[in-house]
This record gives sequence, structure tokens and C-alpha cells, in this order.
Amino acid sequence: MNDGKPKTIFEKIWDTHVVRRAEGYPDALFIDRHFIHEVTSPQAFDGLKKRGIKVFNTSRTTATADHNVPTKDQHLPIKEALSRHQVETLRNNCKEFGIELYDLGHPFQGIVHIIGPELGLTLPGMTIVCGDSHTSTHGAFGNIAFGIGTSEVEQVLGTQCILQYKPKTMLIEINGELGKGVVSKDIILYIISRLTSSGATGYFVEYAGDTIRQLSMEARMTICNMSIEMGARGGLITPDETTFNYIKGRKFAPQGETFDRQVMEWKKLKTDEGAAYDAVMKFNASDIAPMITYGTNPGMGMRVTDRIPTLAELKEINEQGSFKKSLEYMGLEPGSTLLGKAVDYVFIGSCTNARIEDLRLVASMVKGRKKAANVEVWIIPGSKQVEQQAIKEGLDKIFEAAGFELRSPGCSACLGMNEDKVPAGKYCIATSNRNFEGRQGPKSRTFLASPLSAAAAAITGKVTDVREMV
Amino acid sequence: MSKEKFINLVSTAVPLPVENIDTDQIIPARFLKATTREGFGDNLFRDWRFDNDGQPVKDFVLNGSRYSGKILVAGKNFGCGSSREHAAWALYDFGFRVVISSFFADIFKNNALNNGLLPVVVSDVYLKGLFETVKANPSAAITVDLENQTVSSGAQVAKFEINKYKKTCMINGYDDIDYLLSLNKEVREFDLTHAGS
Ligand code: SF4
Repeated sequence: MNDGKPKTIFEKIWDTHVVRRAEGYPDALFIDRHFIHEVTSPQAFDGLKKRGIKVFNTSRTTATADHNVPTKDQHLPIKEALSRHQVETLRNNCKEFGIELYDLGHPFQGIVHIIGPELGLTLPGMTIVCGDSHTSTHGAFGNIAFGIGTSEVEQVLGTQCILQYKPKTMLIEINGELGKGVVSKDIILYIISRLTSSGATGYFVEYAGDTIRQLSMEARMTICNMSIEMGARGGLITPDETTFNYIKGRKFAPQGETFDRQVMEWKKLKTDEGAAYDAVMKFNASDIAPMITYGTNPGMGMRVTDRIPTLAELKEINEQGSFKKSLEYMGLEPGSTLLGKAVDYVFIGSCTNARIEDLRLVASMVKGRKKAANVEVWIIPGSKQVEQQAIKEGLDKIFEAAGFELRSPGCSACLGMNEDKVPAGKYCIATSNRNFEGRQGPKSRTFLASPLSAAAAAITGKVTDVREMV
Repeated sequence: MSKEKFINLVSTAVPLPVENIDTDQIIPARFLKATTREGFGDNLFRDWRFDNDGQPVKDFVLNGSRYSGKILVAGKNFGCGSSREHAAWALYDFGFRVVISSFFADIFKNNALNNGLLPVVVSDVYLKGLFETVKANPSAAITVDLENQTVSSGAQVAKFEINKYKKTCMINGYDDIDYLLSLNKEVREFDLTHAGS
């Protein structure tokens, strides 16, 4: 499919994965890597059983248990009957269909979007899907990764393909130097606050610019992770030396000479000069400050020193009714500031911010300090490997001395599906990706922020401008 | 597995004029623990329908007797958030067959179409008119004609777009997987020969 026209990296990867393009049909796209977990897979396996078909290529699918696992006493049977049943169902399905499962207690277990990259299963140039919208995380390696529904999980299990229309492309370029206390989570919260929670719907995003180039792989994953929060199908970053260095030596990554050969191929994965995008956005890193959300979708964010908009200010961009409903839910006043607002919970975790660098960032902030008496702090590593690494580096001791506890890996309070829930009416500053009504538990109230800002709030007990503490 | 065929529908509608209704509202995460597709309707909009004590919230639209029907009319950016297909299952299980809005999130739209629930995109202006019509007259009949791609209530008629392939699937109750299974041989070959992992 080379017609000589300059192409974006997205188009290059897409076009090399089309198995069949037929008039009047969506493209049948080959999927290189498929991740599954306990929540969105049982009905897909049921479908396969009903049709009497096998998994097309078991080596391309990897499973883990993450969404509804407890983050304490993982060696004991899961207490909650329905959660236990779902994890057991995954176990049985993986056994029956011959799929590798990183179950509770396995050294590779963890949040699905954290383990793929750390095991070297996520590579440049691939197509990657998972029955989870934050599959966009993997795009940080320069691949096409997106979330799918359960019917599509069944399609991929059974045929290794998915039927998809090619989305439009959007380039988001960020240039310039980040200020003190500003990290990658702030970049993406800032972008979403500008584009709104539906501003990139129908698009696949490519993040570029020198600010992005200077970020570590883990910081890039945080950005790609939240692409879906502005409606995008996914987001990717062109692979470079940072990418190759990260992949080198990982468990399932190509090794030795094969690796070197692959790197040569991966280097070709970039947007051609003159390739066209359907939309282009540009931002300056110097405009970005530590960010926080005040509403009930991730687009409702602001610089931590800003005021919440008033109804009048929002007239054009938002239906006032929904905005009012959202602030009522949050118990906040239009026009007010969040600085100094007391929080009850601090959640450091999720596929957005539970990698080792995130935990190091938190440790750097809390070292030698003590947590505020009014807050409860949960630190949930994204995977078993992250947990082990944190212990090896002595981060657990730093957390302990500050009055925090490092728990076991899982999605935890990112979604109110397991035992970790924020009680009704309570405020939680969270490093996760969604502040929807009830996301962290019925009637819970969420402020999304960076790990650094969350750690600062854990020390002061209130919403804090982290720049005053670094 | 073929699904129920959708050709056209005449029904009253339930108005929910809220923007950015995310899938966590449609079906909260704590109800995603089932391993089958059935029964999710009971927990549709759970935290809007019931209060903390499990009592129905009086003024929520699905609780009163004023509105009913197989059509949900909702504010813009319906279905944003997670990829959970349970959201489409819950709406379908509750009895909805059509959702009308001026904008849908991508994954939700796909999931809906894969489950016989028709997402109908209309203009902001038409949507506003529809909310007004339904509020003024809850027994107003709305016609959704998939063959001709029109939605109408009284004299207000709007054309809607739907992808040709998906339309054929909806009308005939086809499943994507049937088509993909027919490519099996091609895919096998592709799997062996395609470069890069
Ligand atoms: S951490 Fe949260 S967003 Fe990430 S996969 Fe788990 S539930 Fe989804």
C-alpha cells in the first residue's frame, strides 16, 4: 500500500497491518498483541465456546488479573464472591484456551498497561488492543494501541483481527521547557483542559515536539494513557533512542542481534516530511503549571492557582446545566479556588501513574516529612515488579517513615470495583485518570493531579501548589 | 451469533439532557462483575436512580411514570469514558433500542452497534427541539427509520449518518466476527509473513 504519498507514522503502521481492505467494509486489521483481564473477557470466551472456535494464536495474547483484586493480603482467596468468581473464570478460560496468565502472586502480575511495557511485550510498530480504554498507554512506544469492547475481544481472540475504520489523525505538538514542579501528568491534564473531554473524538493523536522528546518512557506513557480522556482513539509517540534503551534487555523483547536488527526497522517508523494531519494543535510548555481537576470529567481541569470558572464564563463551551450538576456533585462553588481545600484521601496508583518513576517522585517529596493527620494515603504500585523495585530502592521505608503504606499491585481505587473505595462525600486527590461521578466509589469526589501534587497534598492535608515545596 | 434485526422503530422517548454522560454513570464499575451479558439493566444509571440507601431517587427520569419508551434522548458526548461494553448491554437489557444524541464517544458507538443498539447522531438544534417536544408531550411518538436513515417526530425530520457496513449488519442482525472468520486463511498467512513481531 505504498502510493508514494508522504505518510504519518500512524498511517504507516495501520497500512502494514491491513489484511483485507474491501469496498464498503471497514479494514480488517491484524493485531500483533492482545492483552486481556478478568472484567471484559468472560463474555468473549463464552462467545468462542458457543461458536466452537479456538483462540487464533495464543502466543499473541497475554492475561493478567488487575481490576478487582484486593491490594492487601493477595495470598489469601479474594473475599468478595463476585470478584473471586471473575478471577477464577479468567483462570479457567486461560487454562482451557492455552493463554499465558500472570495471576495473583505471579512475579509479572500487575495492571495490564503497566506489565506490557515492562515485560517487553509492547514494542514499536505493533498493533495492540485490550478490552480497556487506557490501552492507549502503549502508544508511547510508537505503535497503534487502542481499547475495544468485549465483542471485539472475542473477534481478536477468534480471528486475530478487528474490523475498524481508519480514524482521522491529529498532531499535538508541545515545545519549550517545563517549569519547576511540572511533570508529564500536568502536560496531559493541561491538553485535555484545552481540548475538552470530547475534543479529540474520532482522531488518533501523535504527540510531538521537543518537550515530549525530552520525557522518559514512563512519562510518555502517562501522556498517551490519557489520550482517551479527550475522546481520542489512541495516542502515540515516535520511537527514538529513549524508547530503544527502555526496551533493551526486557524479558520478552527481542534480544542480541535480533534486537539490533529490529532497532534498524523501528528507526524507519516516523512521519514523512510533508505528511498531512486532519488537525494540528500546538502548545507551549511554559504555559503549563501544576494542574488539578475540579469537575466530573477530566476536561474540567485548571492550573492549581486558577479559579474554577463561573457559569457566565462557560457560556459558549459547555451547557450550563451539566456544569452546575458537576460542581454540585463536587460540593464546589463556581469562581472559587481549590488551593487550601482539605482532602480526605490521597490515591497514588493506576495505569497513569504507578510506575517506579512515579513512586520515586513521591518518595522525593515525602522524604523526611510526615503525612497530615486528616488524610488517608494509599500507594499502590502498578505491578509486582514495580513493588519489588520500590522495596529494593528502600522507597517503602521512606513511605513508612512518612506514615504511608506501600500496598500490593492492582487497579485499586482508580475504579470502585475492588475493596479500595473512597467513601461518599469524601475528597480524594488521585493520580489516576478519571474523576467521573462515583468512579472511586459511590458519591466519591475526585481531584486528578500529578504524583508530585498528590504527594504534596498528603503532607499538607490540602490542595497545595507543589512549587512551594520543591 | 446473529442478533435481533433492526429495521425501524416507533416509540416514545426518555429525555436525559445531560452532557458527557460517561460509562461509569451508565453502569458503575462495581456492577461489572458478572460473567454473562444478561441482567445489567437492573443497574443502569444505578447511582442516579437510587440514593445511598437504595431508595429510588424521585425526580430521576427513569423512576417516574411520565416518560417511557425504547428511545433514550441524551446530551452531547454520550458514552465517554471506559470501553466497557456493559454500558451497551445495560441500555439494551433495560429495553432501549436507540440512543439519540448530538455526539457519541467512539468506543461506545462501536459497542452499541455491535449489540443491536442504534446510536443516532442528530444536530445540536434538532436535539434541543427533540428535548422540548418530549418534555411538552411525553407520549409523542418518535420514528427511527434505519433503512432511510431518518428520525422524525411530527413534522420535525432529520437525516442521520450511519456507516453502510454497520447499517447492513444492523438490518440483517450480522456480526463482525462472521466476516473476519471468513478471512481465516488470509490471516494465517499474514501472521506468518508480516514483518515486525
Ligand atoms: S488502573 Fe484504572 S484506568 Fe488503568 S486499567 Fe485499571 S481501572 Fe483502568
